[in-house]
Amino acid sequence: MQWESISDFFAMGGYGLYVWGSYSVTALCVVIELVDLRKNR
Amino acid sequence: MYKAFISVLRKELLLALRQKTDVVTVLFFFLIVSSLFPFAVGPELNTLKIIGPGVIWVGALLCSLLALHRVFETDFNDGSLEHLVLSGEPLTVLVIAKISAHWLITGLPVVIVAPFIGLQFGLSAASLSLLLGTLLLGTPVLSLVGSIGAALTLGVRGGTALTSILILPFYVPVLIFGAGAVVADLQGLSIDGHLSILTAMLCLSVALAPLAIASAIKIALE
Amino acid sequence: MATFFFLVAAILTVWGLYIGFFVAPTDFQQGESYRIIFIHVPAAWMSMLIYLVMSFWAAIGLIMNTRLSSMMAHALAPTGALMTFVALWTGAFWGRPTWGAWWVWDARLTSELILLFLYIGYMALRASIEDPRRGDRASAILALVGVVNVPIIYFSVQWWNTLHQGASVSLTKSPTMATSMLTGMLVMALAFWMYSIAVSLMRVRRIIRDREGNATWLSESSGVQ
Repeated sequence: MQWESISDFFAMGGYGLYVWGSYSVTALCVVIELVDLRKNR
Repeated sequence: MYKAFISVLRKELLLALRQKTDVVTVLFFFLIVSSLFPFAVGPELNTLKIIGPGVIWVGALLCSLLALHRVFETDFNDGSLEHLVLSGEPLTVLVIAKISAHWLITGLPVVIVAPFIGLQFGLSAASLSLLLGTLLLGTPVLSLVGSIGAALTLGVRGGTALTSILILPFYVPVLIFGAGAVVADLQGLSIDGHLSILTAMLCLSVALAPLAIASAIKIALE
Repeated sequence: MATFFFLVAAILTVWGLYIGFFVAPTDFQQGESYRIIFIHVPAAWMSMLIYLVMSFWAAIGLIMNTRLSSMMAHALAPTGALMTFVALWTGAFWGRPTWGAWWVWDARLTSELILLFLYIGYMALRASIEDPRRGDRASAILALVGVVNVPIIYFSVQWWNTLHQGASVSLTKSPTMATSMLTGMLVMALAFWMYSIAVSLMRVRRIIRDREGNATWLSESSGVQ
């Protein structure tokens, strides 16, 4: 385990913006696709 | 087969001679678009020299796109395309005839005018002749590949904009090697590779594009 | 069936992310920013794979005249475009700390951008043709033209790139790739794969329902799958 604390985990060694920026947008895309598929059921 | 090719080619050329405005419009479009760039980036010849080949190539590419709807659309609307399909001659040959005519009408004039625009961008005589050569090799590829898009969108709403979306990604390799050859030559690099690849792309598109176009036309006419 | 694939995708995602964030060590060159590869590389792989699979189904639909295969191609396109977008977005977010710029005309990123355009063209053509059967066949031709062109585009972009910029930092060929990093990436790739299958199955079901309200056709050609 390389994380000392939760905030350390979110900071990602100073790269938090980039790592979480990537992951959040990917998650958002997945959510949008799923919502779109459900909506048109 | 040969006869059919010639007769389609002749008919297309005669029609174009009767309706000169289309050809002239495309040519003026090319002139004006490429003349806009010096206003945008400034008149320094050193800058213009670098962007010149690219600007001229993009201009030629846009012209090809602009003229594409002419290839099949009128024939599709007045039903003569259906006659061609039913004529019993191989459709691919007729398609090549139509595209050849289209290139002679809209591609060749652009190629001929290009060196004069090149002068405005301060290109040397060697660069200009190379530019002419790459355009001669590359613009038929643009016409052939572009006609696939034109055939696919026959009678479809969206028209030219839709065709552009379909076709522009396929123009990228031609652009890279066409404009790239002139730039590479300016930097003193060898351009044999560029020219062979352009030739290869021409052969490939002559061989394959008519097949795709013929099937696309048949689908559109169903 | 879609639910099953969703479940597998979810389990694999949790597992893959666990490896990616808690097992895989910090990269000594890129620090923590490399952890983007756990979604970037799988998305890039899927974007290309889906294009191939989509063209395969489109071709089958064109040659064998089977509706279901054309509908599969239709259902795959949006997910493929989504994967391409994710690959581009995460590529930019990885590029900023690594190359110092959000966008670099690197051969991979550029090819991925053109792939996105190909997906957009495919979907635009599909959307603007009213008759679904004509849409199937016209877009199949476009997909096939695309498949012929993808290697040409990739090769020319690579050539163009090396000519103008020289070799760039390679994302996947890192010489110090620890095993756990590779495992995490592969598990995530599998998760993306399962997700794509699940989503496209859901979508194809919807397309069938939209196009053929009656069930008669379904029983007629259920053997074609």
